[in-house]
Amino acid sequence: MPVQVLIPTPLQPFTANEAVVELNAVDVNQLIQALDERFPGLKARLCDDSGKLRRFLNIYVNSEDIRFLDNQATPLKEGDEVSIIPAVAGG
Amino acid sequence: MFSNLSRRIGGNFGAENSHTANDELLSAVFAMLPPDTSTVTLSQDEVARFSRHLILPEIGMEGQKRLRAASVLCVGTGGLGSPLLLYLAAAGVGRIGIVDFDVVDHSNLQRQVIHGTSWVGQPKIASAKHRIQEINPHCQVDLYDTALSAENALQIMEPYDLVCDGTDNFPTRYLVNDACVLLKKPNVYGSIFRFEGQATVFNLDDGPNYRDLYPEPPPPGLVPSCAEGGVVGVLPGLIGLIQATEAIKLITGIGRSLSGRLLLFNSLEMTFRELKLRPNPERPRITGLIDYQQFCGVPGSSPGQEEAGAVESITVQELKALLDQDGKDVVLLDVRTPQEAEIARIPGAELVPLNTIESGAAVEAVRAMAAGRRLYVHCKMGGRSAKAVLALRRLGVEGVNVEGGIDAWTAEIDPSLNRY
Repeated sequence: MPVQVLIPTPLQPFTANEAVVELNAVDVNQLIQALDERFPGLKARLCDDSGKLRRFLNIYVNSEDIRFLDNQATPLKEGDEVSIIPAVAGG
Repeated sequence: MFSNLSRRIGGNFGAENSHTANDELLSAVFAMLPPDTSTVTLSQDEVARFSRHLILPEIGMEGQKRLRAASVLCVGTGGLGSPLLLYLAAAGVGRIGIVDFDVVDHSNLQRQVIHGTSWVGQPKIASAKHRIQEINPHCQVDLYDTALSAENALQIMEPYDLVCDGTDNFPTRYLVNDACVLLKKPNVYGSIFRFEGQATVFNLDDGPNYRDLYPEPPPPGLVPSCAEGGVVGVLPGLIGLIQATEAIKLITGIGRSLSGRLLLFNSLEMTFRELKLRPNPERPRITGLIDYQQFCGVPGSSPGQEEAGAVESITVQELKALLDQDGKDVVLLDVRTPQEAEIARIPGAELVPLNTIESGAAVEAVRAMAAGRRLYVHCKMGGRSAKAVLALRRLGVEGVNVEGGIDAWTAEIDPSLNRY
Protein backbone atom coordinates (compact mmCIF):
# COMPACT_ATOMS: atom_id res chain seq x y z
CA MET A 1 0.00 0.00 0.00
CA PRO A 2 1.61 3.29 -0.95
CA VAL A 3 1.46 5.65 2.01
CA GLN A 4 3.02 9.03 2.71
CA VAL A 5 5.27 9.48 5.71
CA LEU A 6 5.85 12.98 7.03
CA ILE A 7 9.34 13.25 8.48
CA PRO A 8 9.79 15.91 11.21
CA THR A 9 12.71 18.32 11.02
CA PRO A 10 14.78 16.64 13.77
CA LEU A 11 14.78 13.37 11.80
CA GLN A 12 15.37 14.82 8.35
CA PRO A 13 19.17 14.57 8.67
CA PHE A 14 18.58 10.80 8.58
CA THR A 15 16.33 10.88 5.49
CA ALA A 16 18.69 12.85 3.25
CA ASN A 17 16.65 15.95 4.21
CA GLU A 18 13.47 14.55 2.68
CA ALA A 19 10.37 15.84 4.49
CA VAL A 20 7.91 13.51 2.79
CA VAL A 21 8.69 9.90 1.95
CA GLU A 22 6.42 7.56 0.00
CA LEU A 23 6.59 3.89 0.89
CA ASN A 24 4.69 0.64 0.56
CA ALA A 25 3.60 -0.97 3.82
CA VAL A 26 0.56 -2.85 5.13
CA ASP A 27 1.06 -1.82 8.74
CA VAL A 28 3.18 0.49 10.89
CA ASN A 29 5.76 -2.18 11.72
CA GLN A 30 6.34 -2.83 8.05
CA LEU A 31 6.52 0.89 7.44
CA ILE A 32 9.29 1.30 10.02
CA GLN A 33 11.13 -1.61 8.39
CA ALA A 34 10.72 -0.07 4.94
CA LEU A 35 11.96 3.30 6.24
CA ASP A 36 15.04 1.59 7.67
CA GLU A 37 15.74 -0.16 4.37
CA ARG A 38 15.66 3.13 2.51
CA PHE A 39 17.46 5.07 5.22
CA PRO A 40 19.65 2.60 7.16
CA GLY A 41 19.77 3.38 10.87
CA LEU A 42 16.46 5.24 10.99
CA LYS A 43 14.72 2.41 12.86
CA ALA A 44 17.16 2.76 15.74
CA ARG A 45 16.13 6.42 15.97
CA LEU A 46 12.44 5.46 16.15
CA CYS A 47 12.49 2.23 18.17
CA ASP A 48 14.35 0.80 21.14
CA ASP A 49 16.31 -2.47 21.01
CA SER A 50 13.14 -4.53 21.43
CA GLY A 51 11.61 -2.82 18.40
CA LYS A 52 9.12 -0.80 20.46
CA LEU A 53 8.50 2.80 19.48
CA ARG A 54 10.46 5.20 21.69
CA ARG A 55 8.32 6.99 24.24
CA PHE A 56 9.38 10.51 23.27
CA LEU A 57 7.89 10.23 19.82
CA ASN A 58 4.48 9.31 18.51
CA ILE A 59 3.23 7.96 15.22
CA TYR A 60 -0.09 9.10 13.87
CA VAL A 61 -2.03 7.55 11.03
CA ASN A 62 -3.94 10.47 9.60
CA SER A 63 -5.05 12.29 12.76
CA GLU A 64 -5.12 9.21 15.05
CA ASP A 65 -2.39 8.24 17.51
CA ILE A 66 -1.47 4.57 16.88
CA ARG A 67 -1.42 4.01 20.67
CA PHE A 68 -5.22 4.29 20.47
CA LEU A 69 -5.41 2.11 17.37
CA ASP A 70 -3.40 -1.11 17.13
CA ASN A 71 -0.01 0.33 18.09
CA GLN A 72 2.67 -0.81 15.65
CA ALA A 73 0.29 -3.40 14.19
CA THR A 74 -2.04 -0.61 13.04
CA PRO A 75 -2.99 -1.43 9.44
CA LEU A 76 -2.34 1.05 6.66
CA LYS A 77 -4.37 1.61 3.56
CA GLU A 78 -3.57 3.35 0.31
CA GLY A 79 -3.33 7.10 0.68
CA ASP A 80 -2.86 7.12 4.45
CA GLU A 81 -0.73 9.91 5.82
CA VAL A 82 1.64 8.79 8.57
CA SER A 83 3.18 11.47 10.82
CA ILE A 84 6.11 11.02 13.14
CA ILE A 85 5.79 13.54 15.96
CA PRO A 86 8.84 13.88 18.22
CA ALA A 87 9.02 15.83 21.45
CA VAL A 88 10.61 19.24 20.92
CA ALA A 89 11.26 21.73 23.69
CA GLY A 90 12.34 24.98 22.08
CA GLY A 91 10.78 28.18 23.31
CA MET B 1 -13.17 33.69 47.52
CA PHE B 2 -10.51 32.18 45.35
CA SER B 3 -8.65 35.45 44.98
CA ASN B 4 -8.66 35.91 48.75
CA LEU B 5 -7.18 32.47 49.12
CA SER B 6 -4.58 33.29 46.48
CA ARG B 7 -3.51 36.40 48.24
CA ARG B 8 -3.27 34.62 51.54
CA ILE B 9 -1.11 31.84 50.18
CA GLY B 10 0.76 34.17 47.86
CA GLY B 11 1.56 36.34 50.87
CA ASN B 12 3.05 33.38 52.64
CA PHE B 13 5.35 32.59 49.77
CA GLY B 14 8.63 31.28 51.04
CA ALA B 15 7.67 31.69 54.68
CA GLU B 16 6.73 28.10 55.37
CA ASN B 17 8.39 24.77 55.20
CA SER B 18 7.71 23.79 51.60
CA HIS B 19 6.26 20.36 52.42
CA THR B 20 3.56 21.76 54.68
CA ALA B 21 2.94 24.62 52.29
CA ASN B 22 2.56 22.23 49.34
CA ASP B 23 0.01 20.10 51.20
CA GLU B 24 -2.01 23.18 52.03
CA LEU B 25 -1.82 24.41 48.44
CA LEU B 26 -3.00 21.10 47.04
CA SER B 27 -5.91 20.76 49.45
CA ALA B 28 -7.18 24.24 48.52
CA VAL B 29 -7.51 23.70 44.78
CA PHE B 30 -10.76 24.11 42.88
CA ALA B 31 -12.04 25.25 39.49
CA MET B 32 -11.40 28.92 38.80
CA LEU B 33 -12.20 29.74 35.18
CA PRO B 34 -13.77 31.94 34.06
CA PRO B 35 -12.79 34.27 36.90
CA ASP B 36 -15.32 35.89 39.21
CA THR B 37 -16.11 39.40 37.97
CA SER B 38 -18.55 40.48 40.69
CA THR B 39 -16.22 43.11 42.13
CA VAL B 40 -14.60 44.26 38.86
CA THR B 41 -15.33 47.64 37.35
CA LEU B 42 -13.65 49.16 34.30
CA SER B 43 -12.56 52.80 34.41
CA GLN B 44 -13.37 55.23 31.59
CA ASP B 45 -9.82 54.88 30.36
CA GLU B 46 -10.15 51.10 30.28
CA VAL B 47 -13.46 51.28 28.43
CA ALA B 48 -11.83 53.46 25.78
CA ARG B 49 -8.79 51.22 25.62
CA PHE B 50 -10.73 47.99 25.23
CA SER B 51 -13.61 49.31 23.12
CA ARG B 52 -12.84 46.96 20.20
CA HIS B 53 -13.27 44.03 22.58
CA LEU B 54 -16.30 45.53 24.28
CA ILE B 55 -18.28 45.76 21.04
CA LEU B 56 -17.60 42.12 20.19
CA PRO B 57 -20.67 40.15 21.31
CA GLU B 58 -18.41 37.19 22.23
CA ILE B 59 -16.34 39.28 24.66
CA GLY B 60 -18.33 42.39 25.62
CA MET B 61 -18.21 43.96 29.07
CA GLU B 62 -18.39 40.64 30.91
CA GLY B 63 -15.54 39.15 28.86
CA GLN B 64 -13.36 42.20 29.37
CA LYS B 65 -14.03 42.07 33.12
CA ARG B 66 -13.04 38.42 33.09
CA LEU B 67 -9.75 39.39 31.47
CA ARG B 68 -9.33 42.13 34.08
CA ALA B 69 -10.01 39.65 36.90
CA ALA B 70 -7.77 36.96 35.40
CA SER B 71 -4.25 36.07 36.37
CA VAL B 72 -1.81 34.29 34.08
CA LEU B 73 1.64 32.93 34.87
CA CYS B 74 4.10 32.86 32.00
CA VAL B 75 7.07 30.57 32.55
CA GLY B 76 9.88 31.92 30.41
CA THR B 77 10.10 35.27 28.65
CA GLY B 78 11.95 34.15 25.55
CA GLY B 79 10.67 33.47 22.03
CA LEU B 80 7.23 32.21 23.07
CA GLY B 81 6.90 34.34 26.20
CA SER B 82 7.59 37.60 24.33
CA PRO B 83 4.52 37.68 22.05
CA LEU B 84 2.42 35.98 24.70
CA LEU B 85 3.13 38.64 27.29
CA LEU B 86 2.78 41.53 24.87
CA TYR B 87 -0.65 40.43 23.69
CA LEU B 88 -1.99 39.25 27.05
CA ALA B 89 -1.07 42.63 28.51
CA ALA B 90 -2.58 44.49 25.56
CA ALA B 91 -5.76 42.39 25.77
CA GLY B 92 -6.30 43.54 29.35
CA VAL B 93 -5.30 40.57 31.50
CA GLY B 94 -5.30 42.07 35.00
CA ARG B 95 -2.43 40.21 36.56
CA ILE B 96 0.56 38.60 34.88
CA GLY B 97 3.35 36.67 36.61
CA ILE B 98 6.67 36.11 34.86
CA VAL B 99 9.26 33.49 35.82
CA ASP B 100 12.73 33.81 34.31
CA PHE B 101 16.27 33.98 35.66
CA ASP B 102 18.00 34.92 32.41
CA VAL B 103 19.38 38.22 31.15
CA VAL B 104 18.79 39.68 27.69
CA ASP B 105 21.45 38.66 25.18
CA HIS B 106 22.11 40.01 21.68
CA SER B 107 21.21 36.59 20.23
CA ASN B 108 17.70 36.88 21.75
CA LEU B 109 16.66 39.97 19.83
CA GLN B 110 15.94 38.19 16.51
CA ARG B 111 12.76 36.69 18.03
CA GLN B 112 12.26 37.76 21.65
CA VAL B 113 10.47 40.93 20.64
CA ILE B 114 9.48 42.09 24.12
CA HIS B 115 13.16 42.91 24.76
CA GLY B 116 14.92 45.86 23.14
CA THR B 117 18.58 46.43 22.35
CA SER B 118 19.05 48.83 25.25
CA TRP B 119 18.10 46.01 27.67
CA VAL B 120 20.93 43.67 26.66
CA GLY B 121 22.69 42.48 29.82
CA GLN B 122 19.71 43.25 32.08
CA PRO B 123 17.22 40.76 33.55
CA LYS B 124 14.56 39.62 31.09
CA ILE B 125 11.81 39.94 33.69
CA ALA B 126 12.66 43.61 34.29
CA SER B 127 12.74 44.28 30.56
CA ALA B 128 9.41 42.49 30.08
CA LYS B 129 7.74 44.36 32.94
CA HIS B 130 8.90 47.69 31.57
CA ARG B 131 7.43 46.92 28.16
CA ILE B 132 4.16 45.52 29.58
CA GLN B 133 3.58 48.63 31.66
CA GLU B 134 4.18 50.76 28.62
CA ILE B 135 1.51 48.78 26.77
CA ASN B 136 -1.03 48.51 29.60
CA PRO B 137 -0.39 50.33 32.89
CA HIS B 138 -3.51 48.69 34.37
CA CYS B 139 -1.77 45.31 34.37
CA GLN B 140 -0.25 44.09 37.64
CA VAL B 141 3.07 42.38 36.89
CA ASP B 142 4.61 39.93 39.39
CA LEU B 143 8.24 39.02 38.83
CA TYR B 144 9.94 35.76 39.87
CA ASP B 145 13.67 36.10 39.31
CA THR B 146 14.38 32.41 39.61
CA ALA B 147 14.46 29.14 37.72
CA LEU B 148 11.20 27.26 38.26
CA SER B 149 12.03 24.21 40.38
CA ALA B 150 10.31 21.36 42.16
CA GLU B 151 10.84 23.35 45.37
CA ASN B 152 9.20 26.60 44.28
CA ALA B 153 6.84 25.67 41.42
CA LEU B 154 3.65 25.04 43.42
CA GLN B 155 3.97 28.23 45.46
CA ILE B 156 4.74 30.35 42.40
CA MET B 157 1.99 28.85 40.25
CA GLU B 158 -0.79 28.55 42.81
CA PRO B 159 -2.15 32.14 42.70
CA TYR B 160 -2.73 32.09 38.93
CA ASP B 161 -5.76 30.97 36.95
CA LEU B 162 -3.72 29.43 34.19
CA VAL B 163 -0.12 28.83 33.19
CA CYS B 164 1.56 29.43 29.83
CA ASP B 165 4.56 27.23 29.12
CA GLY B 166 7.16 29.25 27.25
CA THR B 167 10.16 27.31 28.50
CA ASP B 168 12.97 25.98 26.35
CA ASN B 169 13.91 22.65 27.93
CA PHE B 170 12.40 19.28 28.75
CA PRO B 171 12.93 19.25 32.55
CA THR B 172 11.00 22.50 33.00
CA ARG B 173 8.25 21.38 30.62
CA TYR B 174 7.63 18.22 32.66
CA LEU B 175 7.79 20.28 35.85
CA VAL B 176 5.24 22.83 34.58
CA ASN B 177 3.01 19.98 33.44
CA ASP B 178 3.12 18.04 36.69
CA ALA B 179 2.61 21.14 38.83
CA CYS B 180 -0.39 22.15 36.68
CA VAL B 181 -1.86 18.65 37.13
CA LEU B 182 -1.37 18.81 40.91
CA LEU B 183 -2.87 22.32 41.08
CA LYS B 184 -5.62 21.51 38.54
CA LYS B 185 -4.69 24.42 36.31
CA PRO B 186 -4.80 24.57 32.52
CA ASN B 187 -1.35 24.57 30.89
CA VAL B 188 -1.27 26.46 27.62
CA TYR B 189 1.55 24.75 25.75
CA GLY B 190 3.71 25.78 22.82
CA SER B 191 6.99 24.39 21.59
CA ILE B 192 9.21 25.11 18.60
CA PHE B 193 12.05 23.65 16.57
CA ARG B 194 13.69 25.40 13.61
CA PHE B 195 10.68 25.92 11.27
CA GLU B 196 8.05 23.82 13.05
CA GLY B 197 5.90 24.31 16.12
CA GLN B 198 3.40 22.51 18.31
CA ALA B 199 0.62 23.97 20.44
CA THR B 200 -2.18 22.66 22.61
CA VAL B 201 -3.94 23.17 25.94
CA PHE B 202 -3.04 20.56 28.53
CA ASN B 203 -4.87 19.58 31.68
CA LEU B 204 -8.12 21.42 31.02
CA ASP B 205 -10.84 19.77 33.15
CA ASP B 206 -8.84 16.55 33.46
CA GLY B 207 -8.10 16.59 29.73
CA PRO B 208 -4.86 15.18 28.33
CA ASN B 209 -1.58 16.48 29.72
CA TYR B 210 2.02 16.51 28.47
CA ARG B 211 2.69 13.03 29.85
CA ASP B 212 -0.17 11.65 27.77
CA LEU B 213 1.54 12.98 24.68
CA TYR B 214 5.10 12.07 25.67
CA PRO B 215 5.42 9.72 28.66
CA GLU B 216 9.20 10.21 28.66
CA PRO B 217 11.63 12.85 27.47
CA PRO B 218 14.25 12.12 24.82
CA PRO B 219 17.75 11.41 26.12
CA PRO B 220 19.80 14.59 26.59
CA GLY B 221 21.47 15.84 23.44
CA LEU B 222 19.19 13.98 21.02
CA VAL B 223 16.98 16.97 20.22
CA PRO B 224 19.04 20.12 19.67
CA SER B 225 17.95 23.30 21.45
CA CYS B 226 17.31 26.55 19.56
CA ALA B 227 20.82 27.63 20.58
CA GLU B 228 22.31 24.60 18.85
CA GLY B 229 19.81 23.95 16.05
CA GLY B 230 18.70 27.49 15.26
CA VAL B 231 15.14 28.77 14.96
CA VAL B 232 13.48 31.07 12.46
CA GLY B 233 12.60 34.23 14.37
CA VAL B 234 8.96 34.52 13.32
CA LEU B 235 8.10 30.97 14.46
CA PRO B 236 7.83 31.61 18.21
CA GLY B 237 5.80 34.70 17.32
CA LEU B 238 3.19 32.54 15.62
CA ILE B 239 3.15 29.78 18.23
CA GLY B 240 3.25 32.25 21.15
CA LEU B 241 0.22 34.04 19.73
CA ILE B 242 -1.65 30.75 19.39
CA GLN B 243 -0.96 30.30 23.11
CA ALA B 244 -2.15 33.85 23.84
CA THR B 245 -5.32 33.21 21.83
CA GLU B 246 -6.04 30.02 23.76
CA ALA B 247 -5.42 31.78 27.07
CA ILE B 248 -7.84 34.58 26.16
CA LYS B 249 -10.49 32.04 25.07
CA LEU B 250 -10.15 30.12 28.34
CA ILE B 251 -10.41 33.30 30.41
CA THR B 252 -13.40 34.71 28.55
CA GLY B 253 -15.04 31.31 28.17
CA ILE B 254 -15.51 31.55 24.42
CA GLY B 255 -14.81 29.26 21.48
CA ARG B 256 -13.46 25.73 21.35
CA SER B 257 -10.15 25.26 23.09
CA LEU B 258 -7.21 23.26 21.73
CA SER B 259 -7.59 20.80 24.62
CA GLY B 260 -7.53 17.30 23.12
CA ARG B 261 -6.01 18.55 19.90
CA LEU B 262 -2.34 18.94 19.05
CA LEU B 263 -1.83 21.70 16.53
CA LEU B 264 1.24 21.31 14.33
CA PHE B 265 2.56 24.25 12.37
CA ASN B 266 5.09 24.07 9.56
CA SER B 267 6.29 27.51 8.48
CA LEU B 268 8.12 26.29 5.35
CA GLU B 269 5.04 24.51 4.02
CA MET B 270 2.75 27.07 5.71
CA THR B 271 0.48 24.30 6.93
CA PHE B 272 -1.45 23.78 10.13
CA ARG B 273 -2.38 20.19 10.96
CA GLU B 274 -4.41 18.89 13.83
CA LEU B 275 -3.90 15.56 15.62
CA LYS B 276 -6.11 13.98 18.27
CA LEU B 277 -4.84 13.96 21.83
CA ARG B 278 -6.34 11.69 24.48
CA PRO B 279 -5.60 10.84 28.09
CA ASN B 280 -3.46 7.71 28.09
CA PRO B 281 -5.26 5.02 30.13
CA GLU B 282 -1.89 3.68 31.28
CA ARG B 283 -0.52 7.00 32.47
CA PRO B 284 0.83 6.91 35.99
CA ARG B 285 -0.93 9.20 38.43
CA ILE B 286 1.06 12.33 39.23
CA THR B 287 1.19 12.55 43.02
CA GLY B 288 4.05 14.96 43.58
CA LEU B 289 6.95 16.72 41.95
CA ILE B 290 10.18 14.82 41.26
CA ASP B 291 13.80 15.57 40.33
CA TYR B 292 13.25 16.69 36.74
CA GLN B 293 16.94 17.03 35.86
CA GLN B 294 17.38 13.40 36.77
CA PHE B 295 14.15 12.40 34.98
CA CYS B 296 15.44 14.04 31.81
CA GLY B 297 18.98 12.70 31.97
CA VAL B 298 22.22 13.07 33.86
CA PRO B 299 21.95 15.91 36.41
CA GLY B 300 23.24 19.15 34.98
CA SER B 301 24.24 17.48 31.74
CA SER B 302 24.45 19.41 28.51
CA PRO B 303 24.59 17.86 25.05
CA GLY B 304 27.84 15.99 24.48
CA GLN B 305 29.03 16.42 28.05
CA GLU B 306 29.07 12.68 28.62
CA GLU B 307 31.11 12.14 25.47
CA ALA B 308 33.41 15.01 26.39
CA GLY B 309 34.30 13.22 29.62
CA ALA B 310 35.15 10.05 27.69
CA VAL B 311 37.75 11.41 25.26
CA GLU B 312 41.22 12.91 25.47
CA SER B 313 41.10 16.68 25.26
CA ILE B 314 43.21 19.84 25.19
CA THR B 315 42.44 23.46 25.99
CA VAL B 316 42.37 26.20 23.37
CA GLN B 317 45.56 27.64 24.91
CA GLU B 318 47.32 24.31 24.33
CA LEU B 319 45.92 24.11 20.81
CA LYS B 320 47.23 27.61 20.03
CA ALA B 321 50.70 26.64 21.24
CA LEU B 322 50.64 23.48 19.10
CA LEU B 323 49.51 25.32 16.00
CA ASP B 324 52.21 27.96 16.51
CA GLN B 325 54.97 25.39 17.08
CA ASP B 326 54.49 22.63 14.56
CA GLY B 327 51.48 23.44 12.44
CA LYS B 328 52.48 20.95 9.76
CA ASP B 329 52.21 17.94 12.08
CA VAL B 330 48.77 18.93 13.23
CA VAL B 331 45.37 18.57 11.57
CA LEU B 332 42.55 20.62 13.03
CA LEU B 333 39.09 19.34 12.14
CA ASP B 334 36.01 21.57 12.42
CA VAL B 335 32.89 19.38 12.73
CA ARG B 336 30.35 22.21 12.79
CA THR B 337 27.91 22.92 9.96
CA PRO B 338 28.88 24.98 6.89
CA GLN B 339 26.49 27.69 8.15
CA GLU B 340 28.42 27.97 11.41
CA ALA B 341 31.73 27.98 9.56
CA GLU B 342 30.52 30.98 7.60
CA ILE B 343 30.07 32.91 10.85
CA ALA B 344 33.57 32.24 12.20
CA ARG B 345 36.46 29.84 11.59
CA ILE B 346 39.71 29.02 13.31
CA PRO B 347 42.36 29.61 10.60
CA GLY B 348 43.61 26.38 9.07
CA ALA B 349 40.75 24.22 10.31
CA GLU B 350 39.30 21.69 7.87
CA LEU B 351 35.50 21.72 7.80
CA VAL B 352 34.08 18.18 8.04
CA PRO B 353 30.55 18.36 9.52
CA LEU B 354 29.70 15.83 12.22
CA ASN B 355 26.87 14.27 10.20
CA THR B 356 29.31 13.33 7.43
CA ILE B 357 31.47 11.59 10.02
CA GLU B 358 28.53 9.84 11.67
CA SER B 359 27.17 8.68 8.30
CA GLY B 360 30.65 7.40 7.42
CA ALA B 361 30.82 9.49 4.22
CA ALA B 362 33.85 11.57 5.30
CA VAL B 363 35.70 9.01 7.40
CA GLU B 364 38.19 7.88 4.75
CA ALA B 365 38.99 11.49 3.85
CA VAL B 366 39.66 12.20 7.52
CA ARG B 367 41.79 9.05 7.82
CA ALA B 368 43.90 10.20 4.88
CA MET B 369 44.17 13.72 6.27
CA ALA B 370 45.30 12.44 9.65
CA ALA B 371 47.85 9.92 8.33
CA GLY B 372 51.16 10.57 10.09
CA ARG B 373 49.81 13.66 11.80
CA ARG B 374 48.05 14.44 15.06
CA LEU B 375 44.31 15.06 14.78
CA TYR B 376 42.49 17.68 16.85
CA VAL B 377 38.74 18.15 16.59
CA HIS B 378 36.67 21.21 17.46
CA CYS B 379 33.04 22.35 17.22
CA LYS B 380 31.25 25.30 18.83
CA MET B 381 31.36 24.25 22.50
CA GLY B 382 33.09 20.86 22.58
CA GLY B 383 30.12 18.48 22.63
CA ARG B 384 29.78 17.55 18.98
CA SER B 385 33.55 17.32 18.55
CA ALA B 386 33.65 14.80 21.41
CA LYS B 387 31.03 12.75 19.56
CA ALA B 388 33.16 12.99 16.42
CA VAL B 389 36.28 11.82 18.29
CA LEU B 390 34.34 8.81 19.62
CA ALA B 391 32.89 7.98 16.19
CA LEU B 392 36.33 8.22 14.55
CA ARG B 393 37.93 6.12 17.28
CA ARG B 394 35.46 3.30 16.59
CA LEU B 395 36.75 3.35 13.00
CA GLY B 396 40.39 3.36 14.03
CA VAL B 397 41.14 7.08 13.69
CA GLU B 398 42.50 8.62 16.91
CA GLY B 399 41.83 12.26 17.68
CA VAL B 400 41.84 14.76 20.55
CA ASN B 401 38.90 16.97 21.50
CA VAL B 402 39.30 20.75 21.80
CA GLU B 403 37.61 21.77 25.06
CA GLY B 404 35.13 24.63 24.72
CA GLY B 405 35.40 24.70 20.93
CA ILE B 406 35.54 27.87 18.87
CA ASP B 407 33.56 29.64 21.59
CA ALA B 408 36.49 29.26 23.99
CA TRP B 409 38.93 30.09 21.17
CA THR B 410 37.10 33.36 20.52
CA ALA B 411 36.98 34.20 24.23
CA GLU B 412 40.59 33.33 25.04
CA ILE B 413 42.66 33.44 21.85
CA ASP B 414 41.08 35.58 19.15
CA PRO B 415 38.33 38.01 20.21
CA SER B 416 38.18 39.38 16.65
CA LEU B 417 36.18 36.35 15.55
CA ASN B 418 32.39 36.53 15.47
CA ARG B 419 30.75 34.90 18.46
CA TYR B 420 27.31 33.27 18.11
